[in-house]
Amino acid sequence: MEVPILKQGSYLIATVQSALSDADLVQLRDALVERVGRFRARGVIIDVTALDVMDSFATGTLSDVAQMIRLRGAETVIVGIQPDVAFSMTHMGLTLQGITTTLDLEEGLSYLERATGSVSRR
Amino acid sequence: MRSAVVASEVRLTVESDIDVVTARMRGRTLAAQMGFPPILATIIATTISELARNILQYARSGEIVLRPVEVGSRLGLAVEARDDGPGIPDIGLAMQDGFSTAGRLGLGLPGVRRLMDEFEIHSISGSGTMVRVRKWLP
Repeated sequence: MEVPILKQGSYLIATVQSALSDADLVQLRDALVERVGRFRARGVIIDVTALDVMDSFATGTLSDVAQMIRLRGAETVIVGIQPDVAFSMTHMGLTLQGITTTLDLEEGLSYLERATGSVSRR
Repeated sequence: MRSAVVASEVRLTVESDIDVVTARMRGRTLAAQMGFPPILATIIATTISELARNILQYARSGEIVLRPVEVGSRLGLAVEARDDGPGIPDIGLAMQDGFSTAGRLGLGLPGVRRLMDEFEIHSISGSGTMVRVRKWLP
């Protein structure tokens, strides 16, 4: 299932709405990297609240997204990792090293406002 | 008899990345039905996702079998991943953190071993791989 990406001010917000296949994750990565340029976005939020698992492929792909978007000159925040998912990732040894995560969308937006010096509404 | 109420085994063919998602969702549902708390159901779903992806990546197709097991007074869930792929030439290497022939993180199999209570792997070069894991109900 394709992940909808909303543009809000100078940010892009991708909200995962169901379990994602590997192809869906790759599609999300490519769409975000392309749209950061098209919309001249300063920040990207990926909301994974509804994601059922963060396995090695999901973790690796989201790390790649954040790294690619940073190379494109924007900031990425991953928000909404659920307690069970965080527990499972930690036991597996999966980390999102060097990637900003926040509790939820609200925290993610306020992080981006501080980090990019821009606001979500304008 | 607790074993009388649990579902019988579930066999799932894995030949596309949608099948990986389906398998892990079936696993989560079965775990919940068996009384696993959500945190362990997530661990079981994550395990199935890794094992099913390995089938797809290295063997193109195979099978995931989910089976309630009872040993003595313990009840658990067994997950078996089977394929007729090329096999793993060096299991010791495949179980090392950070080793991957597919250019990924290389945390799949060693991660699964850390997540589950029991872990077994059998692979014959040229004729396939079988991974069998178990998680016991707390």
